[in-house]
Amino acid sequence: MKLLTHNMLTSNIIKGVSNGFPLGIVANKVEVKDVDFNQSFVLKTLSKVDWNALRQAATQVGHGDGLPEELGEDLKENDDVLKKIHNAMLQVEVVEGELVCPETGRKFPISNGIPNMLLLEHELQ
Amino acid sequence: MNTSLYCHPHSTVNFMLVPRLRYSIIMAAARKPMRLKELEGYLQDVEVFENPKVKLEQYPTTPHIAACMLHTITSTYDDLVDKTVADLGVGCGVLSVGASMLGSGYVLGIDIDEDALATCSANLDEFEMTNIDLLECDVKSLASSEVVNRLHGKFDTVIMNPPFGTKHNQGIDMVFLQAGLKLSTNSVYSLHKTSTREHILKKASDWGVDVTVIAQLRYDLANTLKFHKKKAVDIEVDFYRFSHKR
Ligand SMILES: C[S@@+](CC[C@H](N)C(=O)[O-])C[C@H]1O[C@@H](n2cnc3c(N)ncnc32)[C@H](O)[C@@H]1O
Repeated sequence: MKLLTHNMLTSNIIKGVSNGFPLGIVANKVEVKDVDFNQSFVLKTLSKVDWNALRQAATQVGHGDGLPEELGEDLKENDDVLKKIHNAMLQVEVVEGELVCPETGRKFPISNGIPNMLLLEHELQ
Repeated sequence: MNTSLYCHPHSTVNFMLVPRLRYSIIMAAARKPMRLKELEGYLQDVEVFENPKVKLEQYPTTPHIAACMLHTITSTYDDLVDKTVADLGVGCGVLSVGASMLGSGYVLGIDIDEDALATCSANLDEFEMTNIDLLECDVKSLASSEVVNRLHGKFDTVIMNPPFGTKHNQGIDMVFLQAGLKLSTNSVYSLHKTSTREHILKKASDWGVDVTVIAQLRYDLANTLKFHKKKAVDIEVDFYRFSHKR
């Protein structure tokens, strides 16, 4: 699970959960995969990302170094920072671990890099 | 396997043998659009369902159909290069792998079945695809209008070969389509039975989206999934593009 994917997941599919974001991360195994850097793609994708949640997730899994607290206007000119963001967003992957619903504590296992968000019948909205 | 797709004037049903070269090496050498035949050749190496589950309609898109679909999506509509893409009912990943090869920036493959996802994950390793992520989730839960899901509106393009629906879950392809329209900001590419064309065109107009039937194709279902023990039956399938009005 890439942190970009984590940024789009919520547990509000559970009955009674209103927001369910961001999901907590328990990371037992983290890997960094090589993904081609593409400046305009990173900028475009970043516009739909909740930056605080991404930075927090990266920090939780030990890859938050050098990520700015806020995204400035001058990001386009700063390839160094963009490459760090690219790394956090697309290269860092949680291979084994858990996602945790911030409201109910319900755990969603991540195994072999794949988060399992399937719910039981009685948990559904 | 007996499939043919009339979407590309140069496409034929003959398979061309392409030597098994490492895809990444080729891409490093030349980042130009991949030819249809070349793409189809690679997609032949995507492993398919080991024990297909009939209930989940686990038959793969054939390499030929997948290559034609993806080639059209990129060459006619430019909806893959540097795009974020979701693949609903990713199965073993043939559409996702192809989309990534053609230059998608990020692909999320979603399926309800962990066995299919395990095969898919092995395919991604084998092809050294690092910009595809997988998620185990019920697509039905993404179609709801009441619950605003964070996945909604996060993708430029959605691609899918949805389950067509059986006696037990009629209309599941329409639920997939609804989810696809929610997830995408631009377009959804999908396959549906030709026999339901009128219904689908009407739904699209009810939902206020533009729709094009790009091609009609024959899909040899019985051969891909041991449905009936009788003789093979081709079914007619339409390849659609749905897009949000601008
Ligand atoms: C026709 S197959 C297509 C597989 C693959 N995309 C391909 O093109 O080869 C449909 C896929 O949808 C999955 N599926 C069926 N019902 C689903 C659901 N409710 N949510 C998510 N995936 C589902 C099946 O497991 C299967 O992999």
